[in-house]
Amino acid sequence: MTVEILEPGLASNIQDQGRPGYYNVGIPPGGAADLNAAATANQLVGNDVGAAVIESPYMGPSLRFDTATVVAVTGGTVPVTLNKEPRPQWESFAVAPGDELSFGFLQAGARIYIAVAGGFDVPIVLGSRSTYVTGGFGGFEGRTLQKGDVLPIGEADGTPGRVLPEHLRPVYSRAVELRVVLGLYDYRLTDAGRTCLLESEWSMSPVADRMGFRYSGPALEWIERVQPFGAGSDPSNIVDAGYPVGSIQVPGGVEPIILHRDAVSGGGYAMVGTVISADMNKVAQCSPGTRTKFVSVTMDEALEARAADRAYLAEVTAAVVS
Amino acid sequence: MSEQQVQSPLPGLFYLRPAPDQPPFVEVGSVVTADQSVGLVEVMKQFAEVKAGVAGTVTAILVDDAAVVGPGDPVMTIETSD
Repeated sequence: MTVEILEPGLASNIQDQGRPGYYNVGIPPGGAADLNAAATANQLVGNDVGAAVIESPYMGPSLRFDTATVVAVTGGTVPVTLNKEPRPQWESFAVAPGDELSFGFLQAGARIYIAVAGGFDVPIVLGSRSTYVTGGFGGFEGRTLQKGDVLPIGEADGTPGRVLPEHLRPVYSRAVELRVVLGLYDYRLTDAGRTCLLESEWSMSPVADRMGFRYSGPALEWIERVQPFGAGSDPSNIVDAGYPVGSIQVPGGVEPIILHRDAVSGGGYAMVGTVISADMNKVAQCSPGTRTKFVSVTMDEALEARAADRAYLAEVTAAVVS
Repeated sequence: MSEQQVQSPLPGLFYLRPAPDQPPFVEVGSVVTADQSVGLVEVMKQFAEVKAGVAGTVTAILVDDAAVVGPGDPVMTIETSD
């Protein structure tokens, strides 16, 4: 019961819903960059939401199955083929021993998720099968997938023919608004700097991965200050502090970076705001050149958005798992 | 004779040179083999080489150096001899 990687794509790797609880010792939560797409792929094939899937940024892999199983592909919009015959996304389908799954050019979004019935059965490390590439552990041998890798899959019958209804599918845009809660260090910006952060249209740069997404745009203005003991000399430096996942740091006042699920846990750059948890999946589906605006919301609005995201997932479950 | 387009497989920045101080991979008129690199796409702190895909002669370069490209965007035209 295995899947062989014929072509790995760009940086395909194994992810599940992550390993929260170790960030205090420097190990990020990880998990699928788009948690909802991964959870949905699992539900389509009949897995628990937390089973391990393949995450493929920008470019799909080619896979060969040695066993009959059930597959679903979610996330970024991409032509899917099984033995060169088209297959749908957001819908589970059966595969036979020897079948080859491959992908065309990505048309929208950024990350493709591939679930198989039973999940990819790599070892659990600190409670999760997610790959933490920087740390070299989790997933398949702690690294991105390479040609010739043979991935074990769990035993399960699977459920072909499950479909996520059209109205529940995400729509990926090249112009997005990301909701942020300002702080903790936005007081280090001048009023003009804060206005610039929220009024500018930022462009996602190619320098973006599971650790962080960098944006280009104007420079932000900081308030002059006497360099505190323990902080670097640049006005964007602070005395080291913990970095929330989703926090936006602006080294040197240029090119804001949104830390994503493989974030480093702390450092010495002022965080001017934090992207709310409900919008982190949206960040994961942005590609270079995506026009981005940061919209300031309150903590209450962020919590409402999180509740709405959970309600959406419940709706997905109700629609798919009947 | 037929014309084939080379498409960028990835989104990112498309470079016509292997490094800023080096000559371009190909120019209009260059004869290429199918597995020859004709450009680089920078994305996710990585550089992925783009292959010609077919053997032939480069007849047009459709993007500027360091242009922003999307997956499937045509970047070059190659005239094949068959």
